Amino acid sequence: MNWQFALHPDHTINLDHNNRSLAQLLEEKEPTSRICMACGSCGGTCTAGQFEPISFRHILLMVRRGETESVRSELTKCMYCGKCTLVCPRGVNTRHILALLRTMLIN
Amino acid sequence: MQVRAESSSEALNCRKHLNADILLMHTRKHIVVIGGGVAGMESAIHLCDMGYEVTLVEKQDQLGGHVLKWDFLFPDHRPAYEITNELCPSVEEKANIKLQTEVKNIVKQNGHFEVALSDGEILTADALLVATGFDLFDAHKKEEYGYGIYDNVITAAELEERFQNKIPIRTAAGKKPARVGFVHCVGSRDEKVGNEYCSKVCCVTAVKQAMRVKESLPGCEVFCFYMDLRMFGRYFEDLYREAQEKWGVQFIRGRLSEAAEDIDHRIIVKVEDTLAGRPLRMAVDLLVLLTGFVPSEGTKRMAAMLNLPLGNDRFIKPSDEHLRRNLTPVPGVFVTGASSGPRSISESISDARAAALEIAAWFNHQTQHAVK
Amino acid sequence: MKIEGKRALWKDYQKAIADDHYFYVRSCVRQTFFPGAEKAFIEIMKNRLGKDLYEEPIHTTCTGIAYHSDIVPLETTMTVVARQFALMTETGYENLAVSCVTSFGVYSEVLETWHHFPETEEKTREMLWKATRREFKKPANVAHASDIIYKFRDQIAAQAVYPLINRETGKPLRVVEHIGCHYAKMFPHKGVGGAEYPYVLVGMIESWGGEVVDYPERRHCCGFGFRQYLIQANRGYTFSNTKKKFDSMAPYKPDMIITNCPGCPLFLDRGQYAIAELEGITYGENGYGIPVLTFEEVAGLVLGYDPWDLGLQFHQVAVEPLLDKMGIPYDPAMKYAGPGGKFIGSPELPETLKC
Repeated sequence: MNWQFALHPDHTINLDHNNRSLAQLLEEKEPTSRICMACGSCGGTCTAGQFEPISFRHILLMVRRGETESVRSELTKCMYCGKCTLVCPRGVNTRHILALLRTMLIN
Repeated sequence: MQVRAESSSEALNCRKHLNADILLMHTRKHIVVIGGGVAGMESAIHLCDMGYEVTLVEKQDQLGGHVLKWDFLFPDHRPAYEITNELCPSVEEKANIKLQTEVKNIVKQNGHFEVALSDGEILTADALLVATGFDLFDAHKKEEYGYGIYDNVITAAELEERFQNKIPIRTAAGKKPARVGFVHCVGSRDEKVGNEYCSKVCCVTAVKQAMRVKESLPGCEVFCFYMDLRMFGRYFEDLYREAQEKWGVQFIRGRLSEAAEDIDHRIIVKVEDTLAGRPLRMAVDLLVLLTGFVPSEGTKRMAAMLNLPLGNDRFIKPSDEHLRRNLTPVPGVFVTGASSGPRSISESISDARAAALEIAAWFNHQTQHAVK
Repeated sequence: MKIEGKRALWKDYQKAIADDHYFYVRSCVRQTFFPGAEKAFIEIMKNRLGKDLYEEPIHTTCTGIAYHSDIVPLETTMTVVARQFALMTETGYENLAVSCVTSFGVYSEVLETWHHFPETEEKTREMLWKATRREFKKPANVAHASDIIYKFRDQIAAQAVYPLINRETGKPLRVVEHIGCHYAKMFPHKGVGGAEYPYVLVGMIESWGGEVVDYPERRHCCGFGFRQYLIQANRGYTFSNTKKKFDSMAPYKPDMIITNCPGCPLFLDRGQYAIAELEGITYGENGYGIPVLTFEEVAGLVLGYDPWDLGLQFHQVAVEPLLDKMGIPYDPAMKYAGPGGKFIGSPELPETLKC
């Protein structure tokens, strides 16, 4: 029977189901990934972000929540210009994290 | 004007720092300080040191107020008992202390205050200092958080009590929690419970307690659910950073919408992860509610009894927010500590000293005018 | 879980429920999909509780479905509601007994609006006069039908033939109670027990011997929401929410679900069929579903009425396992018997959900 509708996938971030091993690995390799305070300075200055949906703050947040699939595409937009690292008030090594994530997720 | 001649020698013994002018100018005034918490004690000590007679009225059976129930204080984790260990003996030595006593009635006549106490005594005071402080918000009122219903929902005060008594942090069933959640802004910034104000110190308390939980339970994941992080004081930002950097406390920006209990008595937390723009849910083994300040029953009673104006946050409103924070519109009635708004312990202590000074200044002013 | 905590909260949410002389207004959905339910309610009120319950033949829908689907404007709804009140006034009644929870929400919302914005009430009176030449008085009491059964639950318990007990094990039945959103979420003080831990159905279950199952998604909407289900393509949205509730209650293995809103049992009942066919998941024992009943049907079963007279054959999820548990006798042969005992045809059975 053709129901003409399907059930909707869960839109919530479920921290009981999500696999956060990537975030833990990231913490080991780059401890400053812990101290982001989500101020958005990175996203505001991002070169690529002026034209494409990319913000380092968003990428790190989603990785830490275990929502890695949603950032694969976003990661490819990064130009490695380093502006985000320059402006981060907490000293997060954003460029290293982006490079690490690229290795872990894309390559 | 009353001169308590029989105690002038006591007055001389009491004073630490003699100021000849003060000695000459005032006869021994009597101040009744209502409330024996840190603010009441600190102001009483300074008033005594200045040569005044002070009666401190406290409704509990011991001095110290809320600080007695804290384990360690921000920002430096120093033990709370160090504060009370310094203030309590000092005030007990200097002032007249009346424990387990409440103020029943106050009548102003002939420039004095007749203060009727619950033990039947009537004191005559030249000035009153309201130091009745705060109560903690009753978490039962946030029905959707399940306090008093779900076994594993507790308040920050209850957690602090466990720290203080060296009770290991366990769930209601006695297990080590794998996850602990801290909920900021419980009963504060909330129109639904009638408290729209911020209680100021809860955010730093949550961070403080979160680090202590991580320290006691290294394998435990700790989450703080916040709207804003009010790290207002010196070294507070360092605490936030330390919580993240050293202890791995995770901060999720989203106010707790509802808590529910699952079949294993874990607490299902529903928040919006506002920074991700999506709802987030997770199970925690223990949920700690950071309950805010409300004006204490004593503060409400004293304000009504003395006709003191209240702010729209229902705390006592001083005469001027910048220049006269310890004065009230009623001459001779002063206010200090958390009865005029949420504040930290160090702020209460500073405020108490200011109140003592204001009272002294007021007396001096009166004396000068009388002399003229 | 500390039940005393809930009881303390329930005390804060008590409401006045009239005790006799009701003007009954029916529910569009309940009449259509659960035809025995309202019949049972009227029968119980009149013959078991001895109450005066009047049903005006020319009363209408409250326009709730249309209002919540943005098909009619609020002014139309107010005027139709006013006409209902006019019929109530003309027949000498002042206590409204509302069958549907959405209607209850509509009546409450309209009365509150009139209270805070008196000009809207005046305008409504004008419009009603122009349209029908009728005038109305506002009801002295507005109660949902479940409030009324709640009020008399102990009297029903006293006449109970089949309490909510599993006759095989002797233990109370494990009952999930589901409240319609418009019962208390809009105006918590108009619901018995408030919006967080509503007590209206809990009270009935406790009084009739059952055990209440609390589960994490207790408060969650069943997903009905008029806008979704009206258009076939959007029904996935509805059933996704229904599924959320079932996934949450499944570990507790409830014996039945009792509801007070007419729309909720429709989706909780039919939804189990849709979810079984779409996802292959069933929530009852052995491939069956969890029986979903309205509070009138439960009251009727408890009082000993025949399940087929109560219209339980119209439910998608088979109620026989529950009837067996409760020890209620029924004649399977009469399940699809019309007037005079003539077989009227039986529905096609689903592939996945056992019925």
